[in-house]
Amino acid sequence: MTTLTDPPAESFKLSMLVYDTRYRSITFQIIALIAFLLFFGWLTLNTVQNLNDLGKEVSFGFLGNPAGYDINQRLIEYDNQDTHLRAAFVGLLNTLLVAVLGCITATVIGVIVGVLRLSGNWLIARLMTVYVEMFRNVPVLMWIILAMAVLIEGLPAPSAFRGDDPDSTMKLFDSVALTNRGVYIPEPLFSRGLGDISFFGAFDISVDLIAILVVFIGSIWVSKRIGRKADATQEATGVRPTTWHIRTAAVILPTVILLGILGFHLGYPELRGFNFQGGTHMRNSLIALWLALSLYTAAFVAEIVRAGILAISAGQTEAAAALGLRSNRIMSLVILPQALRVIIPPLISQYLNLTKNSSLAIAVGYMDITGTLMGITLNQTGRELETVLLGMAIYLVISLIISSVMNVYNERKKLVER
Amino acid sequence: MKKSVFLGALTVAGLAAGVAGAATLDDVKARGTLNCGVSTGLTGFSYPDANGEWQGFDVGFCRAVAAAVLGDASAVEFVPTTGKTRFTALASGEIDVLARNTTWTFSRDVDLKFTFVGVNYYDGQGFMIPKELGVSSAKELDGATVCIQTGTTTELNLADYFRVNNISYEPVPIETNAEAQQQFLAGACDVYTTDASGLAATRATFENPGDYAVLPEIISKEPLGPLVRHGDDEWGDVVRWTLNALIAAEEYGVTSANVADLASAPTDNPEVNRLLGTEGELGAMLGLEADFAVDAISAGGNYGELFEKNIGENTPIGLARGLNAQYTDGGLLYSPPFR
Repeated sequence: MTTLTDPPAESFKLSMLVYDTRYRSITFQIIALIAFLLFFGWLTLNTVQNLNDLGKEVSFGFLGNPAGYDINQRLIEYDNQDTHLRAAFVGLLNTLLVAVLGCITATVIGVIVGVLRLSGNWLIARLMTVYVEMFRNVPVLMWIILAMAVLIEGLPAPSAFRGDDPDSTMKLFDSVALTNRGVYIPEPLFSRGLGDISFFGAFDISVDLIAILVVFIGSIWVSKRIGRKADATQEATGVRPTTWHIRTAAVILPTVILLGILGFHLGYPELRGFNFQGGTHMRNSLIALWLALSLYTAAFVAEIVRAGILAISAGQTEAAAALGLRSNRIMSLVILPQALRVIIPPLISQYLNLTKNSSLAIAVGYMDITGTLMGITLNQTGRELETVLLGMAIYLVISLIISSVMNVYNERKKLVER
Repeated sequence: MKKSVFLGALTVAGLAAGVAGAATLDDVKARGTLNCGVSTGLTGFSYPDANGEWQGFDVGFCRAVAAAVLGDASAVEFVPTTGKTRFTALASGEIDVLARNTTWTFSRDVDLKFTFVGVNYYDGQGFMIPKELGVSSAKELDGATVCIQTGTTTELNLADYFRVNNISYEPVPIETNAEAQQQFLAGACDVYTTDASGLAATRATFENPGDYAVLPEIISKEPLGPLVRHGDDEWGDVVRWTLNALIAAEEYGVTSANVADLASAPTDNPEVNRLLGTEGELGAMLGLEADFAVDAISAGGNYGELFEKNIGENTPIGLARGLNAQYTDGGLLYSPPFR
């Protein structure tokens, strides 16, 4: 007779869902998920139900109706008989314009300030500290309003340019007018232009611009080819042929010739009637918003750059110096490429912040997506829920696109580990 | 702004069920104060004075409603609203009545689900320019830069007017009247456009009002009036007949000075008796005291008194009665009979 028995057969009891550690976490996660979904469903149903009670069923049909209002800054054709959807698109392009301009200038200023803050020059380093602390610690809305107030109160009205002995004159050989309604700069014109091509009947793109871009990119590629050929010659013979003059010519000449063929000339702004006419008009609202957003975000970028540089050990600098590199080459060849790995991830969030902060545009009357879709359209149609949801979705998509582009860049700059 | 609109939208969604069916009149009585939406500051119509007390024509109407409902003209909570936040504030129940020079339009009445209880000022959109521009008609404004408050009907009228006359302009959208004033005075825009009454009120606050002129063109009809939410007719009636009481009081010569006398005993004018509650049960039908109109009139006077005190010809704003005179004087004010 044996005292050994088989262990009792494993049978599943309901209580094990709670008492058995193998199942417990899954049980609770499922319960939490169901509760969350129920809550979310209740919220949605409740909203829809309440709106229905008010007689306001959710509908996006209003987007097809004529908008009826005008927008001053339009990157594509638009007039007040176009639809709300197109007005929203005009606003979206304005948002993207200020976001792109802002990200570029914020990066340039931020990198310069971040590097200079580490400078051995006491005065420069302290000045940069003052800049960073000043901009970082005051809400960006204040900077936007301040920039606008300075532009409006500080610059002359167009009427000051009038008369035989005007109070103000145009700057830079009479080509640029600085007024409190904006800055008028000369615009490029083509007397033998190629016209526009229409995309889906929605917006037009100048063929001249496309042609110039294509030729310019092509000539840069040719210049690179010449450079690589010179590298190959240097590898083979040890003597590097002088190519800089050919390369410069390859970059510049084709574009200049094309501009000549197209009949390129500048259209200067001139005072006619109430305002300056001709030229490109950069409105105060754009300048104020762009300036304030760039300077504000640049302060954060500067700190990120400084942190990135400090993350690279001092030994690297010393080693590079021992090799005989000059200090600016140490920075550009040794330190910055490594620091970029630390810098890029937080830089992404700064780009996102700048883009989202651009929704403060209404403070200075800049007609971005918040001003058009979630401002005037919301008001004229009374569709709060629809316009705000649509606006949030648009910001979400913009932010996700910026993130994914920057993440691709980040992947390429990452340390390759084997 | 984005945030407040969004919160407003959420409040609409969240509170609407509680608001739509409930009786605002009972809520106001239970609360003991009237929540009245006014502008963020427009001289003559609604503005806080040096002591922080709200003053003005629209404010006077709010006080009259509070007096009619609660018997106390000071039981008003004034909620400043911008052109953009006003409708959300009303729809969400944050305010009980909106008295903020708001134009009565079809879509606001029908699509936005509000009830306009009447017109307390017949207005129209005009243009103000500095005299040195030498412009005498709005048709000469081709190419001008125009300051305009966003989220208002003026924005649409302006677009229509310039399109119909085939002239161009550059709109400068602005959030509040104060900002518009700053830009206009600095010369950042040639023209400021809003309701003619608003222009007169704004001009009155300038250092040199004489340097600015209002152009003769009135490009739109702007009947301004108080409004309440759709779906609560009892409350709508209370606000509507308070307004009518103020208008009728002027017609019958009932003023804040003599209203106590006239209400003490029935007079020989039955219409006045019914208005002041010495005859009939009109107050009870509204769910108010019999002498609700007496309280409303004593709060700040009848329509004419409110007008003269706040925006009339003897004030810095200096508006003539014009269309806003009683029908007996050739105006449009005409209260339905109290019977």
